[in-house]
Amino acid sequence: MRRRNIKRPLFLASSLFAAIFALGSDQPSVRVERTAAVGPRLLEKQTEAAVIRDYLQAWQTMGVALEQNQAGLLDADFTGTAKEKLTGTIRDQADLGIRTRYRDTSHDLQLVFYSPEGQSIQLVDSVEYAEQILDHEKVQTTQHVHARYVAVLTPTEVRWKVRIFQAESE
Amino acid sequence: MRIRLTCLMAWIGLVLMPLALAQSSGVHLPKSVEAGNAFSIQTTGNGNAVLYIVGPGQVLRRNVQLGEATFFGPGEIHNAGHYLVVLVGASAPENGAFDVTAAHQAATLSFLAKPSRLPIDLHDGISGVVYLFDAFHNLVLSPAQVSFQLSTGPGALQTRTALAHFGVAWTKMDSATKEGSAQFVARIGDVTSTRVIQQVPGNPCHLVMTARLSGQRLAVETQPVRDCSGNSLPDGTIVTFTETYNGGESTVDVPLKHGIARTDMPAYSGAKLSVATGVFVGNEIRWGKE
Repeated sequence: MRRRNIKRPLFLASSLFAAIFALGSDQPSVRVERTAAVGPRLLEKQTEAAVIRDYLQAWQTMGVALEQNQAGLLDADFTGTAKEKLTGTIRDQADLGIRTRYRDTSHDLQLVFYSPEGQSIQLVDSVEYAEQILDHEKVQTTQHVHARYVAVLTPTEVRWKVRIFQAESE
Repeated sequence: MRIRLTCLMAWIGLVLMPLALAQSSGVHLPKSVEAGNAFSIQTTGNGNAVLYIVGPGQVLRRNVQLGEATFFGPGEIHNAGHYLVVLVGASAPENGAFDVTAAHQAATLSFLAKPSRLPIDLHDGISGVVYLFDAFHNLVLSPAQVSFQLSTGPGALQTRTALAHFGVAWTKMDSATKEGSAQFVARIGDVTSTRVIQQVPGNPCHLVMTARLSGQRLAVETQPVRDCSGNSLPDGTIVTFTETYNGGESTVDVPLKHGIARTDMPAYSGAKLSVATGVFVGNEIRWGKE
């Protein structure tokens, strides 16, 4: 009886992860913390909305790119160091026959810096996501991750792109 | 009610699962590793297994012998981030995670100074933003003091310090009262990055022309065109001479050369001559009799 009680939550947790990946199109929950000041420049509502929209889209893009091992998909939402590092990861994955699935389930965002000339904006994201590792199509693990990411976005012709994307130790 | 209880148990299980795995795990991980540093992962048990270290920043796979330590050399894991670890052997996979952090000391600075050219004597007219990176181009997230210096010549130095939060520090500086190039330096420890800012004269304050007859035409010429601080406006600045006569108008745009603009225009008796640069209007001359 005792053994069953231990296994049951684990089984349910695994089922939940499986459901998260099966229902991959579900939108993550997003909370944005209001910040009185984000540095030297006033942050307009439209800018804030655009940055958040493009950052969340970057997560979707990253998920697809890492799952399909297609670095070219990153072009739309990443640039600079972030793109180079993710491209390197995809190259390594492809060489090893590994794919990874990332499904973000919630974001707790705080915009922390907007540069004086509007050339960069920085945010901190307390994010939860499910991560699944497949080696030659065999699922090796599926885990729930809670991490804090620091991202810097820069404006391009039509959208904000992620230039720095880095998890930090909480 | 039963469904709610089941969901609650599932999420409790979710929260406790990593803890439970950590306790029973056959893989012992460091809590965090500095990017680029060597480290090892100790496993327990017997036989062969495959060790995965996976994150958005990097992916590694190693065949390991259980019960032995697996070593990772300097620079092998160099991208900061959160990494999942999976050990797959004969028994159930063992999971864990650890963080790779950026170095505490910045190795390079990404320094953005704006604008590259601006008028003199502008309060907070120059902005500097610096991002701190380690040797592997990870953002250095530890708080650090960054100093900024703007030097515009002998004895003319502005200094500011700013604390970097989340790897970024910024400042604002005034442009100098004298034209010329300025060195804008960001520094942390021994690491510096320099940008050059061109400070050009401000709006014109002094625009006076003279006219004299030269053959059948009028030779018009400005005195040296200066801003309110006495700096000559840069060569190439356009000065517009306008002559109106009998309802007609002719205009000549002339670039400054050695601070002076000169041209010739028709010599109509009674013509009105005016001069301007940008929105600043100089003197007027009425030529000859009306």
